[in-house]
Amino acid sequence: MNKWIQTAKLSLLAFLGTALLSGCDRSKFIVLDPRGPVGKQEYNLIILSVILCAIIIIPVIGIFTYIVLKYRDKPNNKAPYQPEWDDNKFLEIIWWGIPIIIVAILGVFTAKTTMNLTKPPVKDVDPIVVQVTSLDWKWMFTYPDKKIATVNYAEIPAGVPVQFILTSDAPMNSFWVPQLGGQEYTMPGMSMGLWLQADKVGEYFGSGANFTGKGFAHMQFRVKAVKQEEFNKWAKQVQKDSPVLTKAGYKKLSKPSLEKELSFSSYPIGLFEDIVNKNGGIYYDHMNHMGDHTTMSDMNMKK
Amino acid sequence: MDNSHFFVTGDPMIYGADVSIILVSLAIIIYLTYFKKWGWLWREWITTVDHKKIGIMYLLSSLLMLFRGGVDAVLMRIQLAVPNSHFLASEHYNEIFTTHGTIMILFMAMPFMFALFNMVVPLQIGARDVAYPFLNAVSFWLFFLGAMLLNISFVIGGSPNAGWLSYAPLSENDFSPGPGQNFWIWGIQISGIGSLMTGINFVVTILKMRTPTMRLRDMPLFSWSVLASSIAILGVFPIFTATLAMLTIDRLLGGHFFTMTGGGNPMMWVNLIWMWGHPEVYIVVLPAFGVFSEIVATFSKKRIFGYASMVFSMIAISIVSYYTWVHHFFTMGAGANVNIVFAICTMIIAIPTGVKVFNWLFTMYRGRIRITQPMLWFMAFVPCFLVGGATGVMLAAAPADYQYHNSYFLIAHFHQVLIGGVVFGYLAGMYYWFPKIFGIKLNERLGKWAFWTWQIGFYVCFMPQYALGFMGMTRRMYTYNSTMGWDMGWAPLNMISTVGAFLMGIGFIFQVWQILYSIKHGERDVTGDAWDGRTLEWSIPSPPPVYNFAILPVVKGRDAWWYQKQEMQKGSYQKEAVKYEPIHMPNNSGIPFLMAVCFFIAGFGFTFEWWWMGIAGLIGVFITLFARSFQYNTDHFISVEEIERTENALRNHGSIHRTAN
Ligand code: HEM
Ligand SMILES: [Cu+2]
Repeated sequence: MNKWIQTAKLSLLAFLGTALLSGCDRSKFIVLDPRGPVGKQEYNLIILSVILCAIIIIPVIGIFTYIVLKYRDKPNNKAPYQPEWDDNKFLEIIWWGIPIIIVAILGVFTAKTTMNLTKPPVKDVDPIVVQVTSLDWKWMFTYPDKKIATVNYAEIPAGVPVQFILTSDAPMNSFWVPQLGGQEYTMPGMSMGLWLQADKVGEYFGSGANFTGKGFAHMQFRVKAVKQEEFNKWAKQVQKDSPVLTKAGYKKLSKPSLEKELSFSSYPIGLFEDIVNKNGGIYYDHMNHMGDHTTMSDMNMKK
Repeated sequence: MDNSHFFVTGDPMIYGADVSIILVSLAIIIYLTYFKKWGWLWREWITTVDHKKIGIMYLLSSLLMLFRGGVDAVLMRIQLAVPNSHFLASEHYNEIFTTHGTIMILFMAMPFMFALFNMVVPLQIGARDVAYPFLNAVSFWLFFLGAMLLNISFVIGGSPNAGWLSYAPLSENDFSPGPGQNFWIWGIQISGIGSLMTGINFVVTILKMRTPTMRLRDMPLFSWSVLASSIAILGVFPIFTATLAMLTIDRLLGGHFFTMTGGGNPMMWVNLIWMWGHPEVYIVVLPAFGVFSEIVATFSKKRIFGYASMVFSMIAISIVSYYTWVHHFFTMGAGANVNIVFAICTMIIAIPTGVKVFNWLFTMYRGRIRITQPMLWFMAFVPCFLVGGATGVMLAAAPADYQYHNSYFLIAHFHQVLIGGVVFGYLAGMYYWFPKIFGIKLNERLGKWAFWTWQIGFYVCFMPQYALGFMGMTRRMYTYNSTMGWDMGWAPLNMISTVGAFLMGIGFIFQVWQILYSIKHGERDVTGDAWDGRTLEWSIPSPPPVYNFAILPVVKGRDAWWYQKQEMQKGSYQKEAVKYEPIHMPNNSGIPFLMAVCFFIAGFGFTFEWWWMGIAGLIGVFITLFARSFQYNTDHFISVEEIERTENALRNHGSIHRTAN
């Protein structure tokens, strides 16, 4: 029996070893490899929380092991035995106190980061707006400044804060580009703001994170960060070469289906606002649902 | 609605299930008929109001559901073991994770918990039954038939596939037409009503039915945990019922609570379901804490450390858990201030939870630790739950949660607390109280095999999932690597995780084997006190007589039985003369079962929108209620002679000299 347990333990170690090896390549851990200020702040909070938790659990597991080894019920065990000892105010204050302090520290940093993320990551660069609509089962991006639209991929200028404005013309999904930052829900009838920014040029994996039915697993998209000039060039190219997204075209696009990457040189005016409104947005004052209190009319003015 | 596909067709696995369901049902019917057991089944089980028997039925059903949920889990892991797998189609996978989650929480964890409530609480507080034995039977049958209603969706009508919490608007008619989603609603609605009644029952039982000399401050911690959990049930199950009723109105009557277009709001669904859902996870974990408190004291031969702090922390947890629900959707954009408040409330919950761990450790400190089967599970629980709690705190940091939410990191977290905390806790409880309820000790050797396969399986299955979360893998994907050439390197870890799931499955098989083997060959416990216990349940024979205590025990403080044993060992101990009195007991009744059957008929009818059937079922429910209110012959007395006969028989059986008081 014991030999078996030994073997089992060894194979467990072997497994964990493989797991670690397969994970050695840090670039695969995209959440831990942020490429923009939002992702970096979240990463810092992750690291801080790991450290704070480790401060508690490592000693506790140590004490636990020690106690279990020392106080076994063996006839020749000389360790003290005090069956009636059940109270010690000092010890209790310590173990109420330490977690309270740890939670306080983590709480302060959590609050700070939460506030920070509601603002554009850098102040001195003009942000751009990209509207995101989750559909069954694809992503549509519309660029109100450039009047172009794409499906399942988005280009953004590196070093520029991007305000993603999110909605859905399908069940609720969640827009997640791990290397740029955390996710936010896309909801029908709502429009919500999410600040993200890529510091460097590169291609980033994005996916829908909230389950939406049959084709959900296929809702990956690509976010390509390029230099500002290239971004402008790309937009021009799309305006020139790509087909138009008509009302009928959108209707077809919004039906349940899977799509490849697509580009459109233009889209019906007010498409995004119409999507929000037709899904019930008319009942709401959007003030509260925009991450940074951009209102619908602000958005319209920008155009 | 299109009912043309009443029977689910087209999938070989489902035909397999059809065949096995028919075979098993036939086998059961033939067995019962051949051995003339129908009467026995009806008299001894279906109509019983005895809390011990109800507990046993809960235990059996929850193990059955653990099997069903486990098969779901293994199927999902097979599908994900390799990329681009074609083992399951998308919709089939979606159905399986939906039923897996629903069954594991509502039809495995909850009934396992109620099994422990029923098997232990009255014995621990020196009561002869629960406060409302009839209601207790109603609760059980509502749970059981609710669970069956959800389970038949597999072969009739089609399973739900919108996730275990079925977020609107996905769960609305537009996106989930057909009976599947209705099965989900009615299955958990019916059993949820049962859960609420159990909550009421145990609050009253604990507050009013303790043996008169037991003060609340002397009550064993398991009973305290049941009180805390039951109070939380009273707080949140009404929300659950109302929320499901609102979805029913949307789906069946064309309401618009959760559809934006009619002026409703799906965010309200998300809020309401988590107002129930978060406390629910604490409802199931609190009794596990209670189990561990009993086990660690017994097997350290020592008083529990920091009793007051233990009680306080349980009450604190059950109260604070009402104020954390938003942490399940930080990413819904409620705004920075809301997120901060709920993040901090969530972290606060970790404090009393951590304190409990310290108190358990210091209960063992300067004790004498016996590593028995229940204790093994406790020792596995400590590190596992510490890590699970720590990842919970990591999730509670709202901005960091933006990166974990809906990813495999989250999946790993909640399986670690639910398996490491709840499942390990309940299994420990089962090992601990099995000898009490059945008079049989569970085989050690098989138990160790089960234990180690479970443990290794658990870590092999779920540790890689934390890593997968960091690699950007989201939950509820039926396949990966199949679109657009994204290879995120998820394959190896998924394979490892699947191996772990199989190991846990093997662990479960060992346990079933262990139970069956022990029933046949296991060591019989004739002492009534299999573990040298401390609390009242160990002062009576195993299994206990119907009335539990021939004479209500006198309690002089905490760990009453432990100190009474010490006194009994002193030479000067004088056994008091016992004088029995007739015992007042409830009568069996078939009404709870019939009422639940009517609920089932109603649920089935509404599921298919066959209004005539739904309404007929509800009328049946009212008829049973009506019939009950005209039942006058609801109780009886057990005569002194009969008590004497029973007690003498039990006593001649037992070796240690037990006193009645
Ligand atoms: C130490 C205390 C704990 C903390 C701080 C904590 C924190 C959290 C947070 C913040 C989430 C939401 C994460 C997300 O959706 O992004 C979560 C999810 C969850 N937790 Fe915990 N948790 C704790 C303990 C527990 C316990 C004891 C249980 C159950 C016994 C539990 C079960 C769950 C479940 C089932 C989910 C996710 C359900 C779903 O999304 O389907 N947690 N936890
Ligand atoms: Cu929660």
